[in-house]
Amino acid sequence: MNRGVEEERARIPMSQRPEWADIRPVPQYDGPNPVVPIAYTDEFSETMDYFRAVYLADERSPRALQLTKEAIFLNSGNYTVWQFRRLILDALNVDLHEELHFVDQITKDNSKNYQIWRWVAEKLGTQIASKELEFTREIFSQDAKNYHAWSHRQWVLQALGGWENELAYCDELLEDDIFNNSAWNQRYFVVTRSPLLGGLEVMRDSEVAFAIKAILAKPENESPWRYLHGLYKNDVNSLVNDPRVASVCLDVLLDKRDCVHALNMVLDLLSHHHQPSNELKDAVDAVSPDPKPSDSNFAERVCSILQLVDPIRASYWRWRKTSIPAQD
Amino acid sequence: MAELMTEKHVKYILSVEKKKDDFESVVMEHLRVNGAYWGLTTLDILGKLDAVDQDEVVSWIMQCQHESGGFGGNIGHDPHILYTLSAIQVLALFDKIDVLDVENVANYIASLQNEDGSFSGDMWGEIDTRFSYIAICSLALLHRLDKINVERAVKYIVSCKNLDGGFGCTPGAESHAGQIFCCVGALAITGSLHHVDKDLLGWWLCERQVKSGGLNGRPEKLPDVCYSWWVLSSLIMIDRVHWIDKGKLVNFILDCQDKENGGISDRPDDAVDVFHTYFGVAGLSLLEFPGLKAIDPAYALPVDVGYKKVELNQILTLSNGHGKFCGT
Repeated sequence: MNRGVEEERARIPMSQRPEWADIRPVPQYDGPNPVVPIAYTDEFSETMDYFRAVYLADERSPRALQLTKEAIFLNSGNYTVWQFRRLILDALNVDLHEELHFVDQITKDNSKNYQIWRWVAEKLGTQIASKELEFTREIFSQDAKNYHAWSHRQWVLQALGGWENELAYCDELLEDDIFNNSAWNQRYFVVTRSPLLGGLEVMRDSEVAFAIKAILAKPENESPWRYLHGLYKNDVNSLVNDPRVASVCLDVLLDKRDCVHALNMVLDLLSHHHQPSNELKDAVDAVSPDPKPSDSNFAERVCSILQLVDPIRASYWRWRKTSIPAQD
Repeated sequence: MAELMTEKHVKYILSVEKKKDDFESVVMEHLRVNGAYWGLTTLDILGKLDAVDQDEVVSWIMQCQHESGGFGGNIGHDPHILYTLSAIQVLALFDKIDVLDVENVANYIASLQNEDGSFSGDMWGEIDTRFSYIAICSLALLHRLDKINVERAVKYIVSCKNLDGGFGCTPGAESHAGQIFCCVGALAITGSLHHVDKDLLGWWLCERQVKSGGLNGRPEKLPDVCYSWWVLSSLIMIDRVHWIDKGKLVNFILDCQDKENGGISDRPDDAVDVFHTYFGVAGLSLLEFPGLKAIDPAYALPVDVGYKKVELNQILTLSNGHGKFCGT
């Protein structure tokens, strides 16, 4: 459970706190025969009973604010408590920098409450962009693929700015884990949307080099192969005509390392009328398990090989074979 | 093939184990309406919905409704679009949608649409394509899609399409199977699937299948039973389900059962919960496992539910009210 500082103190039941003596707690009503019966701890039940009382009375006081904090420590996912806390903060005109610190503490343990962040962040304006980015960075140090945190980080960049170091941050994450698809997605986000970088056209060449380096390091990694396609969006002929692409396929196949993605890329190239070198054809045939397929058409042969090396998707590769355009 | 422990799963759902300090139960309190949908739909698929007192459930659900028309996660909780869909779905299971003041609920949902066509989850403004799906599915079940600007809703969803053919929660966000289900489902219900590159997305989706036969939700993540629903239903909606190895997936799901106590977990040997039990059983239904009721991949309700599926000609009729429409 999320407790923070409270953890050290023994909890005094609400019924024994003099400052709450005037309140009659309101119990939860789940209906007479609950379909999904919930077991509550005594502490949780009591806190929520008192919360319900102040909520129904719409009491927006300092003690109510403190109570929402206790309720949030017990269950930070409870929407109604957060919403009421927001109303109290507005009513009491509380310093939101302190609130940011509190939310920081809670969200570290339950990283799905980002809309709470946004409400506070928007009120405080652009000055806190770097703090927000630092916050998500800390989340990523524990869970580098946290979907909600990535969504939040993208919102921060677009609403509050702070693009300066984003590409470098992607570099860092990919160095930690080249398989991190979220980081690859973020890289694409930065390259295409950062107001500081000049856009995809300008960045393409160096990004292709980056992707190829990643592929050579771990050819079984799905992400850089897709990234490569993404760099040539709406311009697949440039992909086909970039000699580096056919070249990396050849390098991977010659090395006889996991080759499904390389074979798939070869197939994509062939589907757009790339003329394969003999070297490439030989390399493809060499990675085929026995019995080696005998399709005379090279593209069809690639599909047959893919059915052998990626049998779980045999049905997909069979379909690819039927949709190969007529060869020149 | 291993056995589906139907009786044990029914028993598990009907009486969730009551441990006093069960943290899982405590944190579930605020989303019991979702829990009811997961539990009851599972029972219906297993042919055991009559094990539940329909009137009790309907009465409890209606008490979760807020005066705004939306539903909270439990009695006395603030409304959110997440719980509103689950409430409508539960009523649909019992063929009791007519107990609703449809106008009231539909207005609540419609009020959450933003200028750009996106939907917020509640009055506090978080935007996510999950909410687009929820709004569209809810209103379709209520036969009130005319309450929103469908064309703009579709436009926003399409703006969340990525180069890999997948969809994220907001424009630029990483493709994620859960978000893809939401976007594809929403496009299916509104007759807008022509916006999906089915071959490209179909490949991304079938790449989710890992060696064990299970499905992950993004590249390089672990397989999880819930993706048996999100990936699978998406594949079915775009007519590409034959691209995965169905037999291996069935075995993976069956391996995730707790054969002693009932229930299904995210992956073999982990703790079970209602959420994964639903997705496992629903996935098996989509895979046409014997003895299960068929489930609709877009509405996530058994196909014999009376209020589902606004007829296609009705969608076209609605479109005239908004002028331009994308057609089928």
